[in-house]
Amino acid sequence: MATTPAPERPPAGDTVSLPLRAAGSAEGRPRRRPPTLVRHLGVAVLFAVLLMLASAKLSAYRDYQLAELAAFVVAVAGLTVLIGLSGQISIGNGAFMAVGGYTGALLFLHLQWPLVAIVLAATAAAAVSGAVFGFAAARLRGPYLAGATLMLAVALPSLATRFQSVFGGDQGLGFYVNVPGFLGVNFSLSEWQAWFNCGIALIALVLLANLIRSRVGRNWRALRDDEVAASLSGLNVARLQVVAFVVSAACAGAGGVLLAVVDGTVSASVFALGLSIQLLTAAVLGGLGTLTGAVWGSALLVLVPTYLENVAQSHGMTQGTSSSVPIVAYGVVLIAVMLLFPSGIQGGLLRLIALGRRRPARNQQEKGSS
Amino acid sequence: MIGSHRTPLAAVAGLAVASMLLAACSSSTSSSGGKGGALTASAPGITAKTITIGSHQPLTGIAAPGYDEIAPSSNAYFQYVNAHGGIYGRKIVYKYLNDQYNPSITSTVVHQLILQDNVYAIFNGLGTPTHLAVAQFINAEHLPDMFVASGCECWNDPAKYPDTFGWQLDYIREGKILGSYIEQHFKGEKIGFFFQDDEFGQDGVKGLSDEIPKSQIVSEQSYDPTNIKIAPQVAALKASGAKVVVSFSVPAFTALLKLNMLGLKYSPQLVVSDVGSDPITLAGLLASFAKNKTAGFGNSLTQGIITDGYLPSLGDASNSWISLFTKIYDQYLKPKNIPFDGNVLYGLSVGYTFVQAMLKAGRNPTRQDLINAVNSGLPQGVAVAPFAYSSSDHNGITGAYIATIKNGALVADTGVFVTDDSATGAVTTYTTPQPAAPASGIPSP
Repeated sequence: MATTPAPERPPAGDTVSLPLRAAGSAEGRPRRRPPTLVRHLGVAVLFAVLLMLASAKLSAYRDYQLAELAAFVVAVAGLTVLIGLSGQISIGNGAFMAVGGYTGALLFLHLQWPLVAIVLAATAAAAVSGAVFGFAAARLRGPYLAGATLMLAVALPSLATRFQSVFGGDQGLGFYVNVPGFLGVNFSLSEWQAWFNCGIALIALVLLANLIRSRVGRNWRALRDDEVAASLSGLNVARLQVVAFVVSAACAGAGGVLLAVVDGTVSASVFALGLSIQLLTAAVLGGLGTLTGAVWGSALLVLVPTYLENVAQSHGMTQGTSSSVPIVAYGVVLIAVMLLFPSGIQGGLLRLIALGRRRPARNQQEKGSS
Repeated sequence: MIGSHRTPLAAVAGLAVASMLLAACSSSTSSSGGKGGALTASAPGITAKTITIGSHQPLTGIAAPGYDEIAPSSNAYFQYVNAHGGIYGRKIVYKYLNDQYNPSITSTVVHQLILQDNVYAIFNGLGTPTHLAVAQFINAEHLPDMFVASGCECWNDPAKYPDTFGWQLDYIREGKILGSYIEQHFKGEKIGFFFQDDEFGQDGVKGLSDEIPKSQIVSEQSYDPTNIKIAPQVAALKASGAKVVVSFSVPAFTALLKLNMLGLKYSPQLVVSDVGSDPITLAGLLASFAKNKTAGFGNSLTQGIITDGYLPSLGDASNSWISLFTKIYDQYLKPKNIPFDGNVLYGLSVGYTFVQAMLKAGRNPTRQDLINAVNSGLPQGVAVAPFAYSSSDHNGITGAYIATIKNGALVADTGVFVTDDSATGAVTTYTTPQPAAPASGIPSP
């Protein structure tokens, strides 16, 4: 949300009517609605049920893709909050994914922790590294910050090849999870992966959504729109920036460990610079600052390349040629989205919806004034 | 002012909608079961008419140059077999997907091949880190994991990976064979190692150290494949006074090593493992790194490099395998402007071995039949030495000859040596001549 400094609107469940829109914050007494947390949780539970039903219907491969998608959603959501809300940039979130992934794999291999504990620990580890880096980052602006995070993306994964005895070097570490016993032996692994990853992703989205609507979220927006004004209003700019970095690193860490669960491995080449750039692209394409945009961007990242390659192959292209199609399409999509929807897919969708609504709304207004 | 800001609802809805889209896409998969005649759909991926196999290959990205020729070459051999009756009448359909040498993408494409495309087997998946990411999954699904394109010892682990088989000469054996040759021909000379700092280089050094006396080894320098600045390592080798430098490197780093040595006016005898010594690939890299377009420049620099080969030398026109593969190359690969180099030979050869195994697996094989067929051993074919395959050994080719690069081609210096992968197993000469290629070009069942 809040790609534009538009006034807050009443959230889901309210009647959508013109007086509310026009009045903005000066609206009359809004209808009583449940607290934010309850509302978010309710929505999350609803979609958890829907996703569970869907995953049972889906083929094993689609479940696998769903699990992969969920992993990216978490990482991209963290990044989109950082860039879109706090106004900082990071080209290095792939490195925090590596922190999460490797922490998870080490705990999995050496201590055999339960999966949920591993995800929590990996998230915490990434958050700590985000805090350390965040202190440095809070002193940097714009391109300098981008440069520093870029360095992080380049340097951190190469530690894995430097200290081979710990991180397994180029071969990486195995992270092969099994279906937990209570689901029975015949339960499909990829369906379990989809459940687990989507579950964590929903929790992460609820937490982020609450954070966005909280005071912290408002302060971030103030910071993004005008740092000096925010500072004059008594906000602690540096601390807010560090917190944003910690949140985004924690999300990346969780995404990293979820990706490791899907891949069955962590290795340095997964977390190369390309991954960080992909996360950034997904956040921008989806629509900066919106969690829904993070979902769209991740879907683009996960589903489109394999889909296009398959389409290209089924249209009789040779395999050498068709393997280049996703790369070309990636460029085309990037250019097209930036030209047509500068505020990303989510921004574009909202604009379309707004266009669709404008006409009936105007009719209503005329009726009202007559 | 734009429309709704209902972030959490919309975000979660997005996730759900994406999953619905997935559901919509997934309905298109269906399995075809061929019936009639003696040919049955005996296993997933096998119909009365086809055998579908899959692979992950680096078709773009850092590992693509050279390696992207391997899968098309294997496919060329399969097309040749298909055109000459197929495997018991079935045609091989080879679906290889691009993983860009990124283990995360490998995982995605292999899941697609197994869960969605329903392939019968995974064939010649390329790369150690990439294939390690999926070996456990492939074994959990009980697919034949045939002939991984990597010389890592990790594939020889029947307890952990009962369905996985190596193919090419493993790096430990290769190190031992090179080491034993050096020990005999460069007695008492100072020897330096240059190797890639991962299992490839480390396995090679392990094999070398088994054979070369410790007192002769004066310097061991490793490189990180992501860092092309290797001048310090080369300077250290020069300072150590090594007269022979043994290199377990990929082609790009063999070329860098050679150019750095030239820069330092350091000219020891270079010994390079098979992986990093394909003369045609090397000559191209040398010319492009040195930005020297003079004809023959690359070849002049590869002249005299000692290496080993486990497949017949490309330059050996009298070899029946080379003439068979030249015929197939001319028909299927030359029109695609792929040069006839070591990668092409590799792809054709491993394709031949797969057809050998399929024919042995029987007329209507299950997946386990193919695994059993290889477990009970394969006859020597395209390689100069026999295969190690047994139920307790999943290594492939067991030996190689020593050769020198002369005018851009390998010229064999010795007969074939074979050895095992243990520290103590001797390196012995193997005198049985390589069987000739079948006249039909297709192995007999």
